[in-house]
Amino acid sequence: MRRAVLATTGISTLTIMLLALKPHQVPALAGVTPRTPTTSATPHTSTGAGTGTFTGDPVDTQYGPVQVSITLTKGKITAVKVLQAPDQNGRDQEINSFALPRLAEEALGAQSAQIDAVSGASYTSQGYIQSLQSALDQAHA
Amino acid sequence: MPETVAGLRHVEHVMGTVFSFDIRDRPTPAIRRALAEAVRQLHRADAVFSTYRADSHISRLDRGHIRLEDCPPEVHEVLSLSAQASYASDGWFSIVPAGRLDPSGLVKGWATEAASRLLHEAGAHHTCVNGGGDIQLRGRPAPTNPWRIGITHPLRPQELAAVVTTDHDLAVATSGTAERGAHIINPHTGAPVAPFASLTVVGPRLTMTDAYATAAFARGKSAKAWLERLDGYEALAILPDGQEWRTEGFSRYVT
Repeated sequence: MRRAVLATTGISTLTIMLLALKPHQVPALAGVTPRTPTTSATPHTSTGAGTGTFTGDPVDTQYGPVQVSITLTKGKITAVKVLQAPDQNGRDQEINSFALPRLAEEALGAQSAQIDAVSGASYTSQGYIQSLQSALDQAHA
Repeated sequence: MPETVAGLRHVEHVMGTVFSFDIRDRPTPAIRRALAEAVRQLHRADAVFSTYRADSHISRLDRGHIRLEDCPPEVHEVLSLSAQASYASDGWFSIVPAGRLDPSGLVKGWATEAASRLLHEAGAHHTCVNGGGDIQLRGRPAPTNPWRIGITHPLRPQELAAVVTTDHDLAVATSGTAERGAHIINPHTGAPVAPFASLTVVGPRLTMTDAYATAAFARGKSAKAWLERLDGYEALAILPDGQEWRTEGFSRYVT
């Protein structure tokens, strides 16, 4: 049970990571469609309940695979690392250098805010996929 | 609440958006049945009220193919609530904003509040129902914790503009342009307006809280003075240039 919760937390983080690939924020990545990542985040180090590093599956985008890992300490996200991101050209690298650290920071920020739900301008069914509410739902599913 | 207490969660895609149910009470058979019934009613509300469906009661009523007497009771209820919201907002809330019958501005909040009420009647007293970004809260998430609701920052996606905290029943509704563009109509001119990047209203029940958020958004500059006069409602507005204002009592909900 505990293990399952941790795995889904990893996936929710992945979702948060993909949020930053929203077309209007990152023009060069416009059209990226976040897929529901397949759920096989596996802990490769584990030193007790709720602690360890979890690596998400690579998610294919039209610009290349994106893969992240998170580190949990007693059930809280303490680090987010980008293992793979599109870097085919200078523009990719420029975007990555700006967007990826910010994303990691936001994933940590949302976690530390310890929120139960999110209110914002009404999202569409499609918009929900990229929403923080979606990440929260997955984290507790 | 200790982590061992299992609640119940459900996500339903309906009415062109997504409803998230977060039930913190121990899930009894009655609560599970109420959740299933709440989900059925959301789909029914979509079938009755959708302006995107030519065969919905609302669409047929608008075209004059059926009369009000031919509509199910919930149509009468929604129209009556709309009239109340319109009266209380000096006409800034309207269900004929662009000349066509469109109660969408009230239906989602009403359906979310109704779902919350169904669960409550079945014994679920600590719940959060989120209807596409508009929320009805009841009770508290854990005996010693308040609900914590993040308000999305409309200009800095993935950042929170504020966290609303409450340990009692509360509705939180946000109107904004971030997801669907300028879709709120000034009912007095028929033109779309965007005086705010987003406007969040908190109040006791979601139907009116949501309608007031829409009305205040359409109202623009005079929204703050109007909201200050409304008993039991508080608001946070973020302007297109990033400046913000809060009603005097809003701080009560912010930690």
